[in-house]
Order: sequence, then C-alpha cells, then structure tokens
Amino acid sequence: MKRAGLSIGRRTLLWGAGVAALGSLAALLHRSPGRRLDAPAGRTLRVVGPWELTGLEPSRAGYMFTRLEISETLFDCDAAGHISGGLAKYWEYRNDGRVLSIRLRDDRRFHDGRAVDAEAVKQCLERVRLQPGVLGRTPLRAIRARDDLHLDLELDRPYGLLPAVLSHYSTQILAPSAYAQDGRVRKLVGSGPYRVERIDASSYLKAVLADTWSGERPQIEVFEYLAVGRAESRALMAESGEADLVYGLDAPSVARMRRAGHRGLLSVRLPRTLYLKVNSGHRWLQDERVRRALSLALDRRGIATAVMRDALLATDRLLPMSFPDWHPQHGKDEGLPTQDVEGARALLAEAGWLPGDDGGLSRTHEGALERLTLKLITFPDRPELPVIAAAIQEQFRQIGIALAVSIGNSGDVPLAHQDGSLELALVARNFALVPDPLLTLLQDYDVGGGDWGAMNWRDAELEAALTELQRIAPDASGEEAARSARFTIGRRLADALPVIPICGYRAHAAAGSRVSGALVDPFERSYFISRVRWT
Amino acid sequence: MIRTFFSGLGRHVLQALVLALVVSTACFAMLRTLPGDPAYRVAAGRYGYDNVSVRAAEAVRAELALDRPWPEALIDWWGRVASLDFGLSMVTGEPVMDELVHHLGHTLWLAALATVLAWLIGLPFGILAGLRPGGWIDRACLLITVLLRAAPPFLIAIALVVVFSVQLGALPAAGHRAPSHVLLPALALALALAGGTARVAREAVVDVIRSPYFDFALSRGLSSRQALWRHGLRNAALPLLEYGGMQLVLLVEGVVVVETLFAWPGLGHALVHALFWRDVPTLQASVLVLALAFVLFHALVDWLCRLLDPRRKRVEQP
Repeated sequence: MKRAGLSIGRRTLLWGAGVAALGSLAALLHRSPGRRLDAPAGRTLRVVGPWELTGLEPSRAGYMFTRLEISETLFDCDAAGHISGGLAKYWEYRNDGRVLSIRLRDDRRFHDGRAVDAEAVKQCLERVRLQPGVLGRTPLRAIRARDDLHLDLELDRPYGLLPAVLSHYSTQILAPSAYAQDGRVRKLVGSGPYRVERIDASSYLKAVLADTWSGERPQIEVFEYLAVGRAESRALMAESGEADLVYGLDAPSVARMRRAGHRGLLSVRLPRTLYLKVNSGHRWLQDERVRRALSLALDRRGIATAVMRDALLATDRLLPMSFPDWHPQHGKDEGLPTQDVEGARALLAEAGWLPGDDGGLSRTHEGALERLTLKLITFPDRPELPVIAAAIQEQFRQIGIALAVSIGNSGDVPLAHQDGSLELALVARNFALVPDPLLTLLQDYDVGGGDWGAMNWRDAELEAALTELQRIAPDASGEEAARSARFTIGRRLADALPVIPICGYRAHAAAGSRVSGALVDPFERSYFISRVRWT
Repeated sequence: MIRTFFSGLGRHVLQALVLALVVSTACFAMLRTLPGDPAYRVAAGRYGYDNVSVRAAEAVRAELALDRPWPEALIDWWGRVASLDFGLSMVTGEPVMDELVHHLGHTLWLAALATVLAWLIGLPFGILAGLRPGGWIDRACLLITVLLRAAPPFLIAIALVVVFSVQLGALPAAGHRAPSHVLLPALALALALAGGTARVAREAVVDVIRSPYFDFALSRGLSSRQALWRHGLRNAALPLLEYGGMQLVLLVEGVVVVETLFAWPGLGHALVHALFWRDVPTLQASVLVLALAFVLFHALVDWLCRLLDPRRKRVEQP
C-alpha cells in the first residue's frame, strides 16, 4: 500500500525532461539555417546533389568544379551538343587538320589575379596529358604557346574530336599557383565566376563571386554545395524548402513530388542509354537471330514505365535522341518499340532452339543436347540496374531462356570482357563524356570492341565510318560527309545489335521558391548558377 | 582505489591492443576475399564507373601496389597500425588520418547527443513505469518500446524528416554546417535507443522498490522520494550503465544508417563510402577506430560501475 504513494516524483521527472529537451531545442533552433530564419539580405544559394568531392584533382571530381562554374575548359557546348568557345575565343584547324590553333579570350583572369595566358594553359594541359583521362588518348603530339593569347596543338594525325575532348572536365584550366611542387593540385585556382572559399572533407563546398570575374555579373554571389548521398534525403530537402537547387532526384520521388504539387520540378533527357552488352562471339549469341530474339523478348515499355517511371524512355536505339544527327530516321518519331514474344520464339526456332516439356529451349548440337541458359552480370552503382535485371530474367523466361543474374561490382564488366567470360551484361553508358558521342563510340565499337561496348564483334562498314568521322574537322566544310558517316554508324548499330538498347535516362531536379531561371543541362556540364536569380 | 583503477586500465589497454591486432587482421582478410577486382573498384570511385577502362584500372593497380603478395601487404598494414600512419586514401588522395579525425569528431558529437537524448527520453518514462508496474504508463511504454525497437532507424529517420522538416519546417533535413543539423540524426538514433533504456530503467526501479533495503528505508520513516533518491537511484543506475555499454553496438549500427541518410560526415558515412569504393586504408582505419572506441567506452562504463558499486571493489580486494 505504501508503494501506491510513490507517484510523488512523476510530474517533477516529466517536467524536468520536457524542459531540458525544449530548452536545448530552442537554443539550437535559434541558430537554425531553416527556411523560416533565412535573412533576406546576403542570401546564400543552397545547392544539393549526390556527388561527393573526391579530391581536387580535375580527373577525379573535376566535373563538380566545372558544374559549379569555378573552373573553365577551353571549349564548351550548347544545349544541342554543338561545340562553342569556352576560354578559347577563336579556333581553326591548319596543316590538313594536324594543328589546332586557338586564340584565347583576353578578358579572363585566374582567381589569384594572373591572366589566363597561353603559357598557363600550356603548363596545365601538359600536366593533364600525364593524368588518366581523355586527353591522354588523343593523338596530341605537342602544345606550343605562340604568344600570350595564341596556342597551337599539334597532332600526329587529323583528329577532329580535339575541341570536344578539350571540353571534358579533366582538361579544365587551373592557374600555375594551383599546383604543389610535386605536381599535385593543392588548391583550386580556376577562372570561373566563382572561387572556392571553403571545402569540408568531401561533402561541402562554399564559393563566392570572384572579384577577378569580368563577365556579366551574376545575381547569386554566394552558394553552398552539399553532397547528399541518399536520393530520399535529397527529395525531402527539396520538399522542405531547405535547398534551392536539388539535383539527382530519383523517379519515384519526382512522381510523389508531382502529386504533391511541387512547382519547381525540372527534367531533361540525358545522353545515357541502358543496354545489354552482348558477347557476340559466344557460341549461341554469335547468331544474329538469337540476338534479335533477345531484343524482341524485351518489354522495354514495361521496364521504362515501371522502373524509370516514364514510358517514353523506352528505346531500341543506342544513341539517345539528344543526338538526332545520328539516327537513320533523323529524329522523326519512330514510335515506341514493342515486345514480340511470338516473333522472338520464331527466330529462336529458326536458329534451332525449340521448347521442351518445361518450356525451356534446347537443341541438339553435334549429337549433344544443349539448353539455352545464359548468365547476365550487372552492378548496383545505379540502383535501377538490379531491378531491371530481374525484369529481363522474367521476360527471357517467357521465351524459354533461363537467365542467371549475378550482381557484383561495376569492375566485373570490363574484367569479364577482357577474360572473355562475359555472356550478357546490363549496363548504362553515358554517350556525352565529351559533347560528341564519337569519342565513346570509338572506345566501344572500333576495331576490337570496348570494355563497355561491342565484344567479339566487327563491322567493316561501321569501322570505316568511324575512321572517316575522326578525320573530319568539326566545321561546316565536312558536314555532309559527317552526316552520312553518322547515319551509317547509327544504322549498323541498330541492325546488327552488338548491344541491345533498352531505355534512356532523364535527369530530374527541383528548384525552390526563392529562385527563378534554374536550368538542367542535358550534358551535365553546368548547374548554371550564374544565371539563377532570386525571386 | 587508484591501484584498482590502474590494474583495470592495464587490462583494458591489453584488450585494446589484442583487439586492434585481431580487427585489423580480420578486416584485411575480409577485404582480400571480397569478390571483384579492387583496382577497378577504386578506379570507379575516383573517375566514375563508365570512365573505367583496363588502362585506368592498371594505372591504379600500379600506383597503389595492389598486386603485392598478401603477406607483404599484411605486414605493411600491421606496421602502419603500429605507427598510427594509415597512409593516403586511395580515392581522394588525402591523408587517412586527417579524414578520420574529421569524421570521428562528427560521430562522437552525434553519438554523445543521441545518448543524452535517449536517456532524457527513456529514463523518466522508465522510472515512472517502474514506480507503478502494470499501470497505464508502464503499458504505454511497453507498446512504444516494442514499436521503436521494431522500426529500423532508416524508417524512424524518414518519419522525423517528414514531420520536422517537410511538415513543420522547423529543422533542417540534412547537412552538418549549423548546430541544428545534428538534432534530427541525434533524435533518430536516440529514439531507437530510448526504448531499451526505458525498459531497463523500469526493471531496475521495480527491483529496487521490491527490495528489502527499500522497505527498510521506508520503515525508517523516509519518504518515498527520499528513499528513492538516497538508496534507489544508485542501485538502479548499475544495470542502466551496463546496458549503456551494450547499446554501443546499436549506436554503431545506427550511425552507419543515420549518417548516410542525413549526410552527416561521420565515421559511418565514411565507412559506407570506403566500402563501396574499396578504399582499403580508409576502411581499415575506420573499422579500427570504431573497435578501439568500443573498448574505450566499455572501459569507461566498467570504471563508472566500480565507482558506483563498492561491492565490486571488495570482491577484487578481499
């Protein structure tokens, strides 16, 4: 009975805990950067994306420094992928395409005050050539600074792709003062409108408007970039208004935000395609009829709708519609590819593969019974890949092919390509590593194929067209020949199916109510922060 | 007492040394047996996976000497652990020690706040439930505890962000720059911990108020509050402290999930990235630091328990 009276401390305890919790909450909220406490003057733009800043080396997280307009490249590109000048004001090919002469802009200065002159550019590019990256794979022989503003890049052979390569983030131009004695980048000294004020580990960057910037003055004077790995967190930051620009939103979050009436959603088709890489030398897959049957068995529209949340992303063309010049139909509406299970079965039957009692396909070859079983490898770097692999497994089962799916590392694909063990791989490939997809096509479909492209597959017509395209300078004089070569490449890839395209990609972003003029770059080269305006 | 403390300290130092050796060796062995080629994985972390070619992977392999025989690599790693020089991160190229200090500071701050919040939430409710077993507070506590323990930290964290950031706009959803950024991740961790704390507190209080010494205190004329304050809390604190030590496991597990979700740059966040990118030095150093922190905090709990419970000292000093 005495214990019934032990409730004496209850209120005190509850009040004590409540007051302590509220007190600490109030103290912290007082300094909160939340949306309700944001001062109207001296505002800081808050940008969120999934990409970590994995170091200052341009070959590593260099794409972040160009996207954030901290550093610049010699060349740039417009929304259609056409090359334009960056730090280069004029350029021309000379000596039958063996020398690219560049005249630099005369109004650019690095953030340390030094002018962006030919000698600084030369020193920077000489260093870039030695780093892993696209420039090291070009036939660039020598770089010469003629005077402060003129630069000659000498080539071993005509190579029209050089301006596109020099727009790649790994070739961004940093000031000589950016480098330590041992050649490593010790601080980021670029020439863009913004200079770095602070970088915390790999997840936070603060930049301010550079006083060396001579171009049009942006309205955004200070911005912060925060790397947030989880797509759910990024979406919630956009929804809460905590971030002004959020990049890398996933399709399910975008669908939810759309339903909730979020007004700042932006999206654009990306030059990235998801496809099945095929070992065309495999004893069964070398038969073009089998490859075509696999392509017909795919319900691309279903995959695009269910996984990518956009039926229009379904495609059977390797090169994304971002590059209309490369399509045989030249950008005309080709309609969505449809699944044809009966057509696939008929092709397989033509190739000798007939269904058994259990529905599985088999054939008798040199006296032995063979069952049509294949192995597909993929990786989770892109979360949609394992899900789509499971869908493909079921769709192949419908035509009698048993598909074993193995989810490993992205490195397994080039490794299995090299040791010849690859049968099928599900991958997604960016065709705009540089604005011209030719560079990626050369890596993947030229003689010998490529780690991410054709395997044990050769096509003389396509190889000739690739060689021809490399020779043509990217100006109006060779446009007709270039167009013809591009069509040939697009047609051969569509007809012979060295890889089987499935769907394209769309980039989603969200802009908050504090800003206007936000854009999403289809080539993922810039966040266009300098064009954003406060509302 | 001082001698006891130092003998205990010696035992814990020995434990820490053995643990460092075992953990670093086990971590080394596990990383060597992971499927896939580390050179490709590191190259993917550095340059993006579709920039990875055989050439890039081979350059990484040569630069980082990834093809060394394992005994040589293991001896090198032991040497690094002994000299506390973990080298450079394979992905960022920055000294691992610098990154570790940065991450550890954030994790300690988050974990400390989460623990305090867990106790602030769990203790009052646990004590109240224990004071009246079977009452409505006790039953409600049991239900909430089961729900909190059953819900994964990921779910709790998302629910908190939806309520406090999206709906109320009161707290930031992710980040680490402002003091308020720590609140939601700490609360997400604390809620996962508070349920257990409340249950243990409840059991401890029930044990105390049913004990003969508590009856004796009341019979001496002390009020319930006085009896609880003078004789109850100290006894009830012992199982709570010991449980606090065990909760470190939950805390480490929660930190990995919560830090990733809230973009909190702590050890858990670093661990996930290092594992994904196969950044061996960062991964090994992070695991080692977590293991040593575990020993350190257990030693601390052990020492506090001795301080509170004189009987333990008597057992050790007959």
